[in-house]
Amino acid sequence: MADDLVNVTIDGMQVAVPKGTPIIEAAKQAGILVPHYCYHPSLPSPAVCRMCLVEVEKAPKLMPACVTTVAEGQVVHVNSPGAQKAREGVLEFLLINHPLDCPICDQAGECELQNYVFQEGRAGTRYAEYAKRYSPVEDFGPDILYVPNRCILCTRCVRFMEDVADTPVLNVSERGDRAYIGISPDEQLDHAWSGNVVDLCPVGSLLSKDFLHKARAWDLDKTASVCPGCTQGCNISIDTRDDVVVRLRPRPNLEVNRHFICDYGRMNYRWMNRGDRIEAPLVRDGARHIATDWDTALARLDQIVRGASGSAVILASGRASTESLGLVRRLLDRFDVTAAVQVPLGEEAPLARVPNLALRRERAPNLAGAELLGYTPHWEAAMREVLGAAVVVVLDADLSELDEAALAAAPGMLVVLGTTFADGLRNAELVLPLTNMAEENGTYINRDLRIQRYQQAKSQPGMARPAWWVAGEVLAGPGPSPSAPSTAAEAFELLGERWPVFAGLTYRDLGYTGARLDRAEPARAAVAR
Amino acid sequence: MSGKTGHGTTSTEEYAPVFAGPPRARLEELFALYPTKQACLLPALWIVQEERGWISERAIGEVAEVLGLTPAYVKGVVTFYTMYHTHPVGRHFIQVCTTTPCNICGAEDVVKALLQETGCGELGATSPDGRFTVIEVECLGACGFATPILVDNDFVENVTPEKVPGILQRYQ
Amino acid sequence: MGYPHPSHPKETPVLSKHFGDPEARTFDGWVKHGGYEALRKAVGMTREAIIEEVKASGLRGRGGAGFPTGLKWSFMPKEAVKPHYLVCNADESEPGTFKDREIMRWTPHALIEGCAIGAYAIGAERCYIYIRGEFTEPWRVMSNAVDEAVARGALGANVFGSGKRVEMILHRGAGAYICGEETAMMNSIEGKRGNPRIKPPFPAVAGLFGMPTTINNVETLAAVPHILNRGAEWYKGLCLGNPKSTGTKLVSVCGHVQRPGNYEVVMGTPVREILYDMCGGPLPGRTFKAVIPGGSSVPIMTIEEAEAALFDYEGIVAQGSMLGSAGMIVMDDTTDMVYQIWRLAKFYAHESCAQCTQCREGTAWTTRIFERILSGKGKQEDFQLLLELSENMTGKTICVLSDSCAAPVVSGIQKFRSEFEAYIAGAREPAMAAV
Ligand SMILES: Cc1cc2nc3c(=O)[nH]c(=O)nc-3n(C[C@H](O)[C@H](O)[C@H](O)COP(=O)(O)O)c2cc1C
Ligand code: SF4
Ligand code: SF4
Repeated sequence: MADDLVNVTIDGMQVAVPKGTPIIEAAKQAGILVPHYCYHPSLPSPAVCRMCLVEVEKAPKLMPACVTTVAEGQVVHVNSPGAQKAREGVLEFLLINHPLDCPICDQAGECELQNYVFQEGRAGTRYAEYAKRYSPVEDFGPDILYVPNRCILCTRCVRFMEDVADTPVLNVSERGDRAYIGISPDEQLDHAWSGNVVDLCPVGSLLSKDFLHKARAWDLDKTASVCPGCTQGCNISIDTRDDVVVRLRPRPNLEVNRHFICDYGRMNYRWMNRGDRIEAPLVRDGARHIATDWDTALARLDQIVRGASGSAVILASGRASTESLGLVRRLLDRFDVTAAVQVPLGEEAPLARVPNLALRRERAPNLAGAELLGYTPHWEAAMREVLGAAVVVVLDADLSELDEAALAAAPGMLVVLGTTFADGLRNAELVLPLTNMAEENGTYINRDLRIQRYQQAKSQPGMARPAWWVAGEVLAGPGPSPSAPSTAAEAFELLGERWPVFAGLTYRDLGYTGARLDRAEPARAAVAR
Repeated sequence: MSGKTGHGTTSTEEYAPVFAGPPRARLEELFALYPTKQACLLPALWIVQEERGWISERAIGEVAEVLGLTPAYVKGVVTFYTMYHTHPVGRHFIQVCTTTPCNICGAEDVVKALLQETGCGELGATSPDGRFTVIEVECLGACGFATPILVDNDFVENVTPEKVPGILQRYQ
Repeated sequence: MGYPHPSHPKETPVLSKHFGDPEARTFDGWVKHGGYEALRKAVGMTREAIIEEVKASGLRGRGGAGFPTGLKWSFMPKEAVKPHYLVCNADESEPGTFKDREIMRWTPHALIEGCAIGAYAIGAERCYIYIRGEFTEPWRVMSNAVDEAVARGALGANVFGSGKRVEMILHRGAGAYICGEETAMMNSIEGKRGNPRIKPPFPAVAGLFGMPTTINNVETLAAVPHILNRGAEWYKGLCLGNPKSTGTKLVSVCGHVQRPGNYEVVMGTPVREILYDMCGGPLPGRTFKAVIPGGSSVPIMTIEEAEAALFDYEGIVAQGSMLGSAGMIVMDDTTDMVYQIWRLAKFYAHESCAQCTQCREGTAWTTRIFERILSGKGKQEDFQLLLELSENMTGKTICVLSDSCAAPVVSGIQKFRSEFEAYIAGAREPAMAAV
């Protein structure tokens, strides 16, 4: 192993990195950021912006850190006067035609041009006498605008479409300083993954119409999460402003989604902000439901699950967390349980050049988790069991009218744990307000059995609680109990008691990018990060 | 690469594909000369320009299709190379070198004479009779024969303002 | 010979011997002049033996960089596991350079023969000749000559019955100076924008279509048959003193001389002799002021520097410039240096492929500063600004087009500062309207 490591010194820091590592990545490991624009770890490196030029001792000229690989004993200076001067030069060139319209630019605050100019650019312009290049904004596709005046021609967008999406609908047109990013009038930037070009654009040149002028970057709170869109489990950041989700963005995870998310996932957030939520527990009183407190509601639930026997049915949303699915399932352990998880289906949309990355047909982020916990995707079969069940628990499932009618006709006790309350379920004994995934901590297990954490991004409405909390309280018995989990992490640790595949695993083992579960060897040792 | 350039057409009428008949046969021959279809792009664009005088968006689409590329890709390439016309041009397309070596030998006067004699008035414009378009180009690689001009596919050397009328007469 | 002028006694016509002679264009005519002997000989030799001979001759690339040709060929893999390619660079677009054009127009078979030998030597069965799109006549001549060579068995699956295969394909450029840069040329042949590539990988490892490739200039390849025919020692002997620069060299002279044209001289010939004896000196009543000796991309020399120089790679460097492509642009006292440097900057701004920031923006900005100075709005600070921009454009980009734009600017300011000062001080009429 050590043979394949190369020792380099970067700005005085020594690091050992694998052979073939570009200097820019080695520097990252030494904790040094080499400023750059065109380089991106998930794209081929064209070395065109020339921003990452560094001084390499013994090299005759400055070298691009993105494509120059490390060599044993190499000494690199990122912050030498020569390298700094070169960067200052690039920044000056990039700014001569830039409109400096930061006050109205969505990228402001997270713009790499703004940031680096602030860090080490010249104070004034020497390009005062000339008119700046001007071209009007262009509509590139359903969600994407191109502002050519801000473009620095880093070509990340072109390379993404060409080399990653394998659908080259963007080009560099013309040459010299007349060059711009072009599209054919016959084509649109409407590929299933095209939204990534907005994230990849280091400046405010490619903008999302959905996010246009919605928020300033510095007003956003970002929360590490997992996309609830499908079984792929792409890592995302949920960006909120004033407790409202305003956009979803990819969060790098080289094992799952590299730096990308699909457009379906990206746009799939409005439900997180729904206003028509259940905010308090409701108990049935004849034909009406009356709001109550959690103690009363939990006592009622306890009564229901202890007061009946025979068979039970759980109808769960595919977006329910592992913790909630597990503890709700345990709550009904006294019964003969049929548990189903809802799996809406859609078109598969792969990202061509990234192995094992696609918007999956199964639009249920925790399908694999549900299956590990004994749920099946056989929804109709479960619905048929409803008629004979003593207890039916709906776990935030999105029911069709047909389903609702079947439930209305079911003789058993109906318990609804949900974010919203459908009219058709008037016969529910108990309706308990749940948090949605953006309002809670939890985990999803993706199709490759990678278990990944998501975190609370906004506050819950009213008295809403995660389903694991509800189940955990009832399982622990009435009154304050030390065995009731008070955090998702504790709820997670309870899963191991019942399902050995989770035994010994904790949230700490999962980190922010998750860990693979090995179904065959349910032990801590089998967790590979 | 003999052929005519310069019969500009507008694209209001129904688009007739370029690659049918003999041009198609030429394209098929090209496929044997390169290991990839993509490599046939520049020669295919030349065929389009010879046949149509310029390269329209529709033609770009057709080239993309026959070579298995996207129109955007083809357009990026077309706009890189200055000899491909993305707009209709006059019947005769005149390129004058004005780069330094010719410039110091009076190329700008040749340009003036050409603009005046053709009636084009300004660079890049087509003369009212549709006969000529004149553009300035960078070094034509005949600096010892200043000023060289390229009329369609004819290279004319040692052009001076006095010779311009006589040269133009040959192109009706 | 000093085409279009008769040969001058101080010339040593090897490549140019038959310029102007239509008979030499034909296969039979060429054979009559001893053509294709070298190729017949070559296909009977081993690849290594040819490379050794070329190495021993001291032949260096005539495209601009002067890299030893035999050494370049030796970088190609010994075994042709994958297809190898030879690319002949006939893009000749460097302002001031027009020698390859004459080779193709008058002695197409010399080039075909050189290409065939080169291809065989590097283990390539296919050679692409990339001819700039504007060269319509050379294209026709070359195209006919290739057809003839195929028909006569000099090219094809069985070169002169040797069992060796060499195919030759002409590829037409479409108006882009940058495609003369070797990696841009490979992209252009592949059907892409002519963007230079980053190196490594070097062409000998992964070039055209990702395969091992050698790129040589027209003049370089055309010299090879002569080396095989007459021997490396003979070629090496064509040298007036400096053994690092051998052979004859075509020098394209243009601008303000009595007889512009291509002259073929032995390496090391005094530049004076070229300017005065061969080209006939300045036009009546004028005096020389400056020479750009290697195509437009090299530093400008004052006439004093030029006259002191020997014409070879090292000789020109010793006087502060570079041999480049050996296109000499001669400027006399009527030349407005500021205006002409502006015109060069405009050329580079027009031709920049747009990849590198410094080149894309720097060439355009430099051009605009010149336009401002020429319109009478120059400032003293412009000197420092131009020099700083040039510094930022030098040694920092993928290819040297950016540096090439800076070279005449820096040398122009150094050597002809007073002409700039005249515009800035308002002592000279503005040469253009305000921008
Ligand atoms: C901007 C630029 C333009 C060039 N143009 C030409 C050209 O027109 N013809 C040429 O032979 N070499 C040109 N070259 C040099 C080629 O890159 C390459 O070095 C040469 O073709 C190699 O052949 P040689 O070793 O036989 O000289 C150019 C280089 C650069 C950087
Ligand atoms: S639009 Fe953005 S990503 Fe695309 S080239 Fe311009 S700056 Fe780069
Ligand atoms: S230096 Fe200029 S021409 Fe060369 S690769 Fe960079 S942008 Fe293109």
